Amino acid sequence: MSDPSTASIVSTPPATMPTEAGSGAPTNAGLPENAKKQKPRGLLGDAWRDLRRKPLFWISATFILLFVVMAAFPSLFTSGDAVNGALGRSRVEPSSSAWFGYDVQGRDVYARVIYGARASIVVALLSTILTLLFGGAMGIIAGYRGGWVDAVLSRIADIFFGLPFVLGAIVILTTFNGSGTDNGEWTIMGLVILSLTVLSWPVVMRLMRSSVLATKEADYIVAARALGAGTGRIILKHLLPNCLAPLLVYGTIMVGSFIGAEATLSFLGIGLKSPVVSWGIMISEAQNYIRVSPFLLFFPSAFLVIAVLSFVMLGEAVREALDPKLR
Amino acid sequence: MTENIIEVRDLVKHYPVTRGVVFKKTIGHVKAVDGVSFELKAGETLGVVGESGCGKSTLARVLMNLEKPTAGQVLYKGQDISKLSGGALRRLRRQIQLVMQDPYTSLNPRMTVGDLIGEPFEIHPEVAPKRSRRDKVKELLDLVGLNPEHINRYPHQFSGGQRQRIGIARALALRPEVIVCDEPVSALDVSIQAQVMNLLEKLQAEFGLSYVFIAHDLSVVRHLSDRVAVMYLGKMVEVGTEDEIYERPTHPYTQALLSAVPVPDPTVRESKAIIRLQGDVPSPVSPPSGCRFRTRCWKAQDVCAQEVPLLQIRRGSDHPSACHFAEKREIVATHEAA
Repeated sequence: MSDPSTASIVSTPPATMPTEAGSGAPTNAGLPENAKKQKPRGLLGDAWRDLRRKPLFWISATFILLFVVMAAFPSLFTSGDAVNGALGRSRVEPSSSAWFGYDVQGRDVYARVIYGARASIVVALLSTILTLLFGGAMGIIAGYRGGWVDAVLSRIADIFFGLPFVLGAIVILTTFNGSGTDNGEWTIMGLVILSLTVLSWPVVMRLMRSSVLATKEADYIVAARALGAGTGRIILKHLLPNCLAPLLVYGTIMVGSFIGAEATLSFLGIGLKSPVVSWGIMISEAQNYIRVSPFLLFFPSAFLVIAVLSFVMLGEAVREALDPKLR
Repeated sequence: MTENIIEVRDLVKHYPVTRGVVFKKTIGHVKAVDGVSFELKAGETLGVVGESGCGKSTLARVLMNLEKPTAGQVLYKGQDISKLSGGALRRLRRQIQLVMQDPYTSLNPRMTVGDLIGEPFEIHPEVAPKRSRRDKVKELLDLVGLNPEHINRYPHQFSGGQRQRIGIARALALRPEVIVCDEPVSALDVSIQAQVMNLLEKLQAEFGLSYVFIAHDLSVVRHLSDRVAVMYLGKMVEVGTEDEIYERPTHPYTQALLSAVPVPDPTVRESKAIIRLQGDVPSPVSPPSGCRFRTRCWKAQDVCAQEVPLLQIRRGSDHPSACHFAEKREIVATHEAA
């Protein structure tokens, strides 16, 4: 990992990294920061040193940073109009004047892909973070306390687990976002995030619960209790770092599936609605023209795939960095 | 040497055996520790031996106050430790520490050695001011024979013996008076065992520690202990000084255990009588009535099934033994006392 080619990648974006490492690996939020700032190193410091030497990390982080900036300031990337089109340009193929071509309604696909990043990234990231936090917390409580607390929480999770995803989302969203309601863009996004979280936290909870159950009887937890460590210290310093790996992997996969789920809900007419743009909406619109104008499907899908891949690679890199044995 | 630092009185620890998921019904109790009494003097090492499942580790857990006893008391300088809570319990934790059996699982794989040994100081911040902690950790590493430069390494970068030294350093960090060693060397190679035991001996001399040293290996216990207690199925069957147990055992179980120790000298080996016990250890859920060893004892008679033999000094013997027919028996000297 220390060949010269890596070094050149390391030197590219030095100052911006700490901010988006935080946004890319949200599950680290629970880890306590090491108070000591001098030469002694802890797990997080070592993980960061390790990450800095990984080209995979820098590539994925750069892409994620790019998407985040795209979501925040789409006008930096395009001056085109994502909402209004001219029907005369309907399904015009990509050319030098419009790189990605025009869609059925004659709208600039490039501008729409850029503007669509916001809804897709915000929905996917926030629902992933919320799901991981909520499901993770429930899993820790259920696994660590055990007994009737575990029984009650697990049964509640089973109830949500039993709801089919699409059906559950339809029920929630038609109740609050049915036809005739006039919710704003951010309200709808909030509702979509909420329904995604509500319907997917049981999986995370089960993952977390099983890792906690496997870890909590470990000798080093007993040793910590013998030293007089309180529940908070045991959970934060001993349980969490050792139970995080499966969650991290699942979380990165979840980002991708949530972008797709948002598209499904939009397609059903209960998620985001035109004129709001998202990759999911674009993909579902494009599928009717997949044979005559495949580029309509290609560009939003390509962005989606790159975004999902970046998150998966980042998650993988962070997971490896957090395991001392893999360094 | 006269002050009792720990006194255990009629300690009982039963684990309920339950059946059913929703409506739990207790159908019996695993009698892991069933009426154990002993005392530990300052600066003394008490060895506890017995085969697997006889309650040694449960005894360690109760001594550490990791489990509440079902009945009986553990007194630390006259205080009942199971009644302590909050700040008093934290202060007690500083005085009694634990070294665990398996050095591969007793260290958090995601903490550096510095964090592992420094953790006691973080839990008990009053012991050492923040700035001096790093140096204290290095001192401890040096003390247990590890390179202080390795402070930023992770447990998986060390060998088993080195890891056990880390575990010992962690237990020593708070300068406890008592260390409960739960089979600290049984997971190590024989050559490493000796190193770790010598280290424990050196530390005892240096800090005046008292050890409760649990093991299933008689020769390991002999090397370190001032007194030895032999456990069988949750009860102590014989207690005595090192010489009394190893040279003049009176309980049949102790005699059988000693006869099984391998003899390195082939000429002596010929003349050695091996006592082979029949059968397995009975289930601790329903131990035999009377003497618990009677089902495997060659001396068993009717009285053994009816009366529980008390752990007391009997005729013709100089130390307590829980057998109605306790008597000396010629056991070939197993090996040199180390």
